[in-house]
Amino acid sequence: MSTTVEPPKKLNRIGLELTVYRGGKTTLCAGCGHNAITERIIEAFFEMGVNPTQVAKLSGIGCSSKAPSYFLNPSHGFNAVHGRMPSVATGTLLANHKLIAIGVSGDGDTASIGIGQFVHLMRRNVPMIYIIEDNGVYGLTKGQFSATADIGSKQKSGNINELPPIDTCALAIQLGATFVARSFSGDKKQLSAILKAAIAHRGTVMLDVISPCVTFNDHEGSTKSYAYVKEHEEALEDVSFVPYFENIEVDYDPGETQDVTLHDGSHLRLRKLDPDFDVTSRVKALTVLEESRQKNEVLTGVFYVNPAEKDFIEALNLGDQPLANLPEETTRPPKAVLDEIMEEFR
Amino acid sequence: MATVEAAPVRPSDAAPKVINDMSIQIATVNGSGSQTANMVLLRAIFQMGIPVSGKNLFPSNIAGLPTWFTIRASHEGWIARRKEIDFLVAMNPDTAREDVLSLAPGALVLYDEPLKLNTLRQDLEFYAVPFDKIVAGVCPDAKLRKLVRNMIYVGVVARQLDIEMNEVEKALRKQFGKKVKAAELNWGAVTAGFEHATSNLPKQQHFGVRRLNKTAGKILIDGNSAAAIGCMLGGVTVLSWYPITPSSSLAEALIEYLKRFRVDHKTGKATYAVVQAEDELAAAGMVVGAGWAGARAMTTTSGPGISLMAEFTGLAYYAEVPMVIIDVQRTGPSTGLPTRTMQGDITSTAILSHGDTAHILLLPSSVEECYSMAMEAFNLAEEFQTPVFVMTDLDLGMNNWMADPFPYPDQPIRRGKVLSAEDLERLKKFERYRDVDGDGIPYRTLPGTDHPLAGYFTRGSGHNEKAGYSEKPEDYKNNMDRLKRKYETAHKRVPALVTEEAPGAEIGIIAFGSSHWAVIESRDQLEKEQSIKTAYLRIKAIPLSEDIPTFISRMKRVYVVDQNRDGQMYDLIRLMVKSKDIEKIRSVRHYNGLPVDARSITDEILSQELSN
Repeated sequence: MSTTVEPPKKLNRIGLELTVYRGGKTTLCAGCGHNAITERIIEAFFEMGVNPTQVAKLSGIGCSSKAPSYFLNPSHGFNAVHGRMPSVATGTLLANHKLIAIGVSGDGDTASIGIGQFVHLMRRNVPMIYIIEDNGVYGLTKGQFSATADIGSKQKSGNINELPPIDTCALAIQLGATFVARSFSGDKKQLSAILKAAIAHRGTVMLDVISPCVTFNDHEGSTKSYAYVKEHEEALEDVSFVPYFENIEVDYDPGETQDVTLHDGSHLRLRKLDPDFDVTSRVKALTVLEESRQKNEVLTGVFYVNPAEKDFIEALNLGDQPLANLPEETTRPPKAVLDEIMEEFR
Repeated sequence: MATVEAAPVRPSDAAPKVINDMSIQIATVNGSGSQTANMVLLRAIFQMGIPVSGKNLFPSNIAGLPTWFTIRASHEGWIARRKEIDFLVAMNPDTAREDVLSLAPGALVLYDEPLKLNTLRQDLEFYAVPFDKIVAGVCPDAKLRKLVRNMIYVGVVARQLDIEMNEVEKALRKQFGKKVKAAELNWGAVTAGFEHATSNLPKQQHFGVRRLNKTAGKILIDGNSAAAIGCMLGGVTVLSWYPITPSSSLAEALIEYLKRFRVDHKTGKATYAVVQAEDELAAAGMVVGAGWAGARAMTTTSGPGISLMAEFTGLAYYAEVPMVIIDVQRTGPSTGLPTRTMQGDITSTAILSHGDTAHILLLPSSVEECYSMAMEAFNLAEEFQTPVFVMTDLDLGMNNWMADPFPYPDQPIRRGKVLSAEDLERLKKFERYRDVDGDGIPYRTLPGTDHPLAGYFTRGSGHNEKAGYSEKPEDYKNNMDRLKRKYETAHKRVPALVTEEAPGAEIGIIAFGSSHWAVIESRDQLEKEQSIKTAYLRIKAIPLSEDIPTFISRMKRVYVVDQNRDGQMYDLIRLMVKSKDIEKIRSVRHYNGLPVDARSITDEILSQELSN
């Protein structure tokens, strides 16, 4: 009879509403690229049907690192110290490798103060999603250049950056990360597909997202402004993602499209613009990155995926039950063991 | 040209033979395999039932620099370092001259014949041994001679001091374990040394050992191994560490024990994770992450590593994350004396990091306490959700100490206030930083707890009781006051101090850590030699007990023994003492890189007593 029935709220495959995946209100500047990334993260976890209580959110320090409090409220979060989120994330996963860990860092937090820990995180292939919200400047301290700023990029005050940028993607590929991509906070479709694929991958996902700073780095002469990135972005592929729980059969031409089966059975489908490119080849990935650098392009897309590589948890030979939950019977050897050891010291 | 040698003057000639009370110092070149020979001597005396201690004074070097090993035998059971050397084994040409010149008159010197040390002094007794000639006879393979050569002095010393050869053989076979061939070769060298001494050297009349029954059932162990065993039985699940002397052998011992005893028989899977981190920053960060997520997580380091861990320690204090840090203290930063001992990190660690931080420190004095406190550190860290430091030192950690076998823990592991999904369902409420029980300790949940109320956001200082972001002055102050309350609670739960009273004593001694052994011997010297009775208070933990000012107020004078230049514990104690008692407190400081000895303490106390 009634005509005022509310439309049913959309639920995901584990029966949760999108609002469950939201976080606190953002305190970043209006228009900040980071907020767009936050939205994509919320959607990706919702659409993948991830139980938010099984997620650990980690970050370092900086504007980027505030972001984890703006998504996935029911998850545990840890805003650690500057440049050292990788070690905290590693420790978290050692204690409980069943957690889905997402770390949010910035270009300063990663490429300057945190480069040492970043390098070793990649090298260990720690199973987590590591996102750099990359705007080329230190926002919270008012606009100093970071180590990802391009040569010749202009600061708001007029200073020109004289030093070459650190390419975090090239570095991650070389060091052992098993899923490396770059996207743009303004590219909703590509970023969403990559984030969902990141959730489906097991191993270190290194995702550099160009995310313009509207307050300190969005002016004429900056190479990390919205206008510059829009004008210079070159997509390596058209990225699409088919989750394992949606059995959609689509015909594709294997010459044009590369299909990668991810850890959980989902598919990453890349319609390539360059037929010679192979996303499972480190050499090809490093080559396209270097070529795009020489052409002053902002190359985006998935550069490298290796779903087969052993992750850090396997390398450590950990059992199924998280170390955090092991009972005393397992973690305290019996008296006979102490007696045996004592005998050796007699 | 002198052709007539003056008759040697040996003041001890007339004295009766000293039995079971001596120090043997063996001076060798680092990397020459002398450690095995020294351990054989140490063990053989130990097996004869005579209390012993072994101290290795070694350089920051793999091979080539001088090293000294001191074995002390004491029928009275004194196991601190003793400064005076009775028997020198001079094997190192580079230090031999100085080693001989620094001896007290009457000491015995066994030396390599070509060094001709007997010309240096007239008041010592010298035994020349042709090591190269003897080793050539027992070791056909020239390449092995460098390593076997040192075993010869074991045989010579055994003969000169009456160490029983069957005990030497037993010790040697234990030392070589399954390497039977190596044991045979080395035993050949020992017996050749013994036979050479029997046929060629005069039997000395000054020092000797004789079987006792004071070591039955005891073990000989280094503090780092002891702490490693404590960590394993304490249920450690995550170790992240960065190599640094003198703590590396702790991590390495623990890794070996974990491999042997903590792999699940059925699945073959490890019940622990060990990561050699890229630096101490990362080691501490992994411990913080693992502790936050529910592991019993630890790291092990020394002074320079403690400096690097300062930032994470502060975060863990404010964010209330359990972590265990074992600090095997050493001398100073970087190059210089990283292989020498010091109680160097007391004040800096007690308040490590920035802002208002106050940490729990456990101060083991013995290998037994290295074991028990390493184990207890995990309980305290999880109960108080905070960093807990176990402050051992190089002397405890890397030297061999006699001890009773360690008792198996009689209490279950304590994991502190952790709420499960079932708890949350029952409580219907969770506020991470609320002082529900009035003891300052809040409840926590672990990541992965499958309940909508479980999640919270962890950050440093800016949070309210619900773990929400807050910069409000009252929220900050409220939290800091609760952290203070938590520390007050810790006062009652950390290991209690120990006092040894002496009726009528007016002088007190306060000490902690490895100084204990020199202090108890010094008290004996003060009483026997000077008729000065002393009361003794040994500190086992920081926060410092309120019983310390009470002890001081009862005494006329109190000496605080520190193994550092600035009297770090002395300073901390002064901070808690009432002004009327401040003048009573005096400082005994030992800081030359060597373990403190009783005589140094006795002399310092007497000199301050005389200047009264």
